[in-house]
Amino acid sequence: MKQPFERAVTEHGPVVLRVCRATLGPADADDAWSETFLAALRAWPALPEDANVRGWLITIAHRKAIDVHRATARRPIPVDEIPEPRRAATDSPEESLPDDALWQSLAALPPKQRQCVAYHHVAGLPHAEVAAIIGGTEAAARRAAADGIAALRRTYLANEDVISHV
Amino acid sequence: MSESLHDSFFQALATEPLRPSDRPDELPSGLRDRLVAQASAERLLDVTYRVVDSPLGRLLLAATPAGLVRVAYAAQDHDAVLQELSDRIGSRVLLSPSGLDDVARQLEAYFDGRVALIDVPLDLRLAHGFRRDVLGHLRQIPFGETESYKEVATASGSPRAVRAVGSACATNPMPIVIPCHRVVRTGGGLGGYVGGLDAKRFLLDLEQAA
Repeated sequence: MKQPFERAVTEHGPVVLRVCRATLGPADADDAWSETFLAALRAWPALPEDANVRGWLITIAHRKAIDVHRATARRPIPVDEIPEPRRAATDSPEESLPDDALWQSLAALPPKQRQCVAYHHVAGLPHAEVAAIIGGTEAAARRAAADGIAALRRTYLANEDVISHV
Repeated sequence: MSESLHDSFFQALATEPLRPSDRPDELPSGLRDRLVAQASAERLLDVTYRVVDSPLGRLLLAATPAGLVRVAYAAQDHDAVLQELSDRIGSRVLLSPSGLDDVARQLEAYFDGRVALIDVPLDLRLAHGFRRDVLGHLRQIPFGETESYKEVATASGSPRAVRAVGSACATNPMPIVIPCHRVVRTGGGLGGYVGGLDAKRFLLDLEQAA
């Protein structure tokens, strides 16, 4: 029995948004999420009933994130404007609150590490599935996630003073 | 790095709110509205639905692009009803938190005794044959009046099909909007009702009082 698409939105929508945020940052995350779920809705009736829905959605989100990156790269940047270091801070002030520090640290990672951290640690996909999505071996995906986490420890944890909570 | 610090770090990665105002397990409603709007613009949706509060508990309202297709009481199990809609109409089903506004407003007015007729486009695809004829007749029974199962059978063209009228009412896909609660026993007994007899009595009293 094919489940209503709404189940996929309710069960996986928040985590996919979190992944979009982790891989793209706050400014582009909403667009990527909308594109992902619109594409998923189109394909939903043909998806096998025993499919791994979360992995499937993250795969679509991964492709949409690449599209969003390309579109952003093509966008002309006016020379007389100094780029805002944190776009979100101007768009929506609440996003510059301290809760944001983790996502800011993620944004500083190289793309592959950022993706592997997002898909494995945020979405909870096994390294093998992450590798299937981004290409390369399971070992490489595991390595990139570990390197990303090591870098996050240095930046986020140092800044946040989380040590005091222990 | 200690074990507990390690854990709290991964915990934060998986559950840190996207924005301070978000609850971690809920989507911003703006994103949902946007998905529904884009999907309907592309004519992708089979069914949209929302759940409204009423004096008879939470009511599921579901519509296709053709019109309202289903109304269900909480006792009918909304998850099961959505699965049934997915099976019978199509699996592209989405919650539309601010959709179905017209029927939601008219239902509210009906429960307040301000309107006698909930007048919205209906999609009757879930009913077939004689049952559909019966539903067509039920819509002719005026607010505040009742008919017996036998009268409905006669009016629907099969005077002896009294039991079939009972099943048509029991399987009415849009209770309240298609007023099967106005069908009672010949002797004045209430008969049955999809939403339970208390709900039927409530609706008949509401219409008498208005």
